[in-house]
Amino acid sequence: MSGNMNITLKVWRQKNSNAKGELAEYKVGDVSPDMSFLEMFDVLNERLVSENNEPIAFDHDCREGICGMCSMFINGRPHGPKEGITTCQLHMRSFKDGDTIVVEPWRAQAFPVIKDLIVDRTAFDRIIAAGGYISVNTGNAQDANNIAISKDNADEAFAAAACIGCGACVAACKNASAMLFVSAKVSQLALLPQGQPEKQTRVLSMVAQMDAEGFGACTNTGACEAECPKGISLKNIARMNREYLGAQLCSEKM
Amino acid sequence: MSKLDAKIPEGSIDQKWTKYKSSVALVNPANKRNLEIIIVGSGLAGASAAAALAELGYKVKVFYFQDSPRRAHSIAAQGGINAAKNYTNDGDSVHRLFYDTIKGGDYRAREGNVHRLAEVSNNIIDQCVAQGVPFAREYGGLLSNRSFGGTQVERTFYAAGQTGQQLLLGAYSAMQRQVGSGKIESFSRHEMLDIVMIDGKCRGIIARDLVTGKLERHFGHSVLLCTGGYGNVFFLSTNAMGSNATAVWKAHKKGAYFGNPCFTQIHPTCIPVSGDHQSKLTLMSESLRNDGRIWVPKLKEDAEAIRTGKKRAVQLSEEERDYYLERRYPAFGNLVPRDVASRAAKERCDAGYGVNKTGEAVYLDFTFNTKRYGRTEATKKGIHNPSEDEIVRLGKDVIKEKYGNLFDMYKQITGVDPYEEPMQIYPAVHYTMGGLWVDYNLMTTVPGLYALGEANFSDHGANRLGASALMQGLADGYFVIPYTIGAYLSKEIAVKAIPTDHEAFVEAEKNVQERIDKLLNIKGTKTVDHFHKKLGKIMWDKCGMGRNEKHLKEAIDEIRALRAEFWKDLRVTGTADDLNPELEKAGRVADFLELGELMCMDAVNRNESCGGHFREEYQTEEGEAKRDDDNFAYVATWEYKGGENNFELHKEELIYENIKIAQRSYK
Ligand SMILES: Cc1cc2nc3c(=O)[nH]c(=O)nc-3n(C[C@H](O)[C@H](O)[C@H](O)COP(=O)(O)OP(=O)(O)OC[C@H]3O[C@@H](n4cnc5c(N)ncnc54)[C@H](O)[C@@H]3O)c2cc1C
Ligand code: SF4
Ligand code: FES
Repeated sequence: MSGNMNITLKVWRQKNSNAKGELAEYKVGDVSPDMSFLEMFDVLNERLVSENNEPIAFDHDCREGICGMCSMFINGRPHGPKEGITTCQLHMRSFKDGDTIVVEPWRAQAFPVIKDLIVDRTAFDRIIAAGGYISVNTGNAQDANNIAISKDNADEAFAAAACIGCGACVAACKNASAMLFVSAKVSQLALLPQGQPEKQTRVLSMVAQMDAEGFGACTNTGACEAECPKGISLKNIARMNREYLGAQLCSEKM
Repeated sequence: MSKLDAKIPEGSIDQKWTKYKSSVALVNPANKRNLEIIIVGSGLAGASAAAALAELGYKVKVFYFQDSPRRAHSIAAQGGINAAKNYTNDGDSVHRLFYDTIKGGDYRAREGNVHRLAEVSNNIIDQCVAQGVPFAREYGGLLSNRSFGGTQVERTFYAAGQTGQQLLLGAYSAMQRQVGSGKIESFSRHEMLDIVMIDGKCRGIIARDLVTGKLERHFGHSVLLCTGGYGNVFFLSTNAMGSNATAVWKAHKKGAYFGNPCFTQIHPTCIPVSGDHQSKLTLMSESLRNDGRIWVPKLKEDAEAIRTGKKRAVQLSEEERDYYLERRYPAFGNLVPRDVASRAAKERCDAGYGVNKTGEAVYLDFTFNTKRYGRTEATKKGIHNPSEDEIVRLGKDVIKEKYGNLFDMYKQITGVDPYEEPMQIYPAVHYTMGGLWVDYNLMTTVPGLYALGEANFSDHGANRLGASALMQGLADGYFVIPYTIGAYLSKEIAVKAIPTDHEAFVEAEKNVQERIDKLLNIKGTKTVDHFHKKLGKIMWDKCGMGRNEKHLKEAIDEIRALRAEFWKDLRVTGTADDLNPELEKAGRVADFLELGELMCMDAVNRNESCGGHFREEYQTEEGEAKRDDDNFAYVATWEYKGGENNFELHKEELIYENIKIAQRSYK
């Protein structure tokens, strides 16, 4: 079942991290409004293969907005024109027949391009490894209901924990800052009683790692929040700044 | 002794695990530092095993094909995780969870393993809360529960519709903590392409760095496969695009027996197919069946009118609707197990009552419970005589809080607002109960090779109950393998790390390289997806919700022909020394083309209907599944004998000492 839209794509092609990339133009016909944006890429890639050309490499896996793998910079916006969704949740009904769409990878010093639209986001994993956890060994836990947690705090921690680690916040930011991502994890754990014992070392180590990875500084433009597919709030950055100041004061005292 | 010794410990069912734990051989901390464990997969099973084993002091390497361990497919699990906490005081217990799981699996799972699973279920919740997993809570600050299919208690813990995400992020953070401390080495964008056997034991893997294309050799004293399920044999499924069977299939071909390959779960509530471009199917969580009622029109004319757009669902009165699950199964109603609900939907649609263009959809309707919640909220807020509009508005807020992300997802995909129109749903492939055969220790028939999580066959019999896969993945990783691996590794302490220039590594790498070259050199005309879609259609039509001998035999022939065509006419663009997604897919589909055939063979062999395996020849007059306990109360376990389609069946008899086998009834 094909549709009746005709789309012109301008897609970033780059052979590998050392190569110079450029935009290449492709026409895609018979696009159905019910197709997802990535399904349109599937159709195009099938055609490229049948023409004996290399298909466009892009990251994706769950295709339901939760794994955080998909990452296209569409018409100047991470994850495209619609708010609150990832690239894989974008459907062609959000575009018009005859549209030209420019698709690029995330751009950030800390996210080098690997190939075409695929970038390296392992910096995020290293930030979590620096402190984004609660140090509890397996088997050490007390009964789950021994500590009551107010529903408001639990809900707020959950809202912060909903971050999918996609990196759209970094891609949206003119400084390529990772503050929204880092603050979401810091907040989640700071809001819970279990996170208290390590709260100071956590924020200091995670921020230090973030700086070491080459992410830029936060100048409060709020572009990250506007483009985050999971509605992670700027309040988390404010909370992290408080946590950080508090932790710095304490560590200076020592 | 046969290779199929399940090694179930002696003793009464509720003492087996306790006794095992206190008597299993241990490895002292100094020796642990010299023992290397390879874990393939970073989902719930892999990440939890990696964290727990590294905490114990073992040297661990973890491999996964995504760019981050946090993106393993477990991240997508929606509804929840079971545990026998009995926080709701509704009569739950370890025994009841054990019983429900065996019954839900239609008496085709092993008692010993399932009881252990039920026992450790409570520790999982404790562990996750301690890690900061933000489960849903009540106003009093304690954990909230809901119910899932196949049970009559509320034992499911959840985090909105993102339970898998929150559990995986917990396990991932525990794993990253060990990465940070240098005890785990993490290999992103790496795909395992074979295991390495030395002197009859599994001693490592060959992996491909997906970015550079380089093949790598890695030694391990043992190898854990935590690589998830193989539902993508069907092309369309709720699994992630990359989910695949390659790891387990390669292990199978090196001697690991495959258990119950035909046991697949078709989930009743997924968003229906919209067109040929469809790349995957999206699940609408089973938790929705707590508050949604499933129906089709009573009259065919109404169904026809709806299909052609002349009528809308909301125009049909209560009397004009057939709530067929409530009608057929009054005791469990909309909460019957998945296999039962899926078949019932197919039955109605096949009979001509389907409600979308393709005739393959039924309604999942929240109106009734929206109003019920609305009235309760109105009372709570002290609103007397609320208007109908007010009730609906208040009710929608409650529904939104419980399922908001699922409703948003539905709207995003279909373009229809489920707060206004009932959802349309249809069954889709979701989970595979079958997998590598393992004993009580989770070891496969290959010494030193283990399988955890969805990759093994162990706990769910012929049908898995909702919210039990997350439980099993974490049980295997956090609480089972840290003990059971000691039974093997305690005898390996004298074995020094084997250098990877050993001939077995060289040979294994050479074979992998040859296969890659072969795929690239066919230079035919058809794409990988072309073959994958064709295989999927054969499997769905002939080895899907309803199966029969004739169709299964046809399917086997068709798959063989397709496989031959694949190796003659496949086209893979690009090269091996580069990031090449087409090449990755090609290797996976080549394995699916072999596994699909084994699934059909297993389905032909099992002349009974049980759980997700419904053989049309074996049903009661009312169309319910007819099990044959006299002849089929066994695990069908397949050994690969070399060459093409050469498999031998071995049987592990299932013995029920604690649960009386009965006809499964949800009436
Ligand atoms: C949409 C959806 C919703 C679900 N909801 C629920 C629910 O609410 N409750 C519930 O209990 N269950 C649910 N399930 C089932 C459950 O999520 C899975 O069974 C479970 O998460 C599987 O975990 P796993 O650790 O075994 O494997 P996965 O999470 O699938 O992880 C597999 C890992 O293996 C790696 N891998 C695979 N092959 C290779 C290879 N060759 N080389 C290297 N790495 C490899 C992958 O990179 C990945 O890290 C759901 C499933 C789906 C599809
Ligand atoms: S904060 Fe939002 S944009 Fe940034 S990584 Fe998390 S989900 Fe993505
Ligand atoms: S592919 Fe998983 S979030 Fe888009």
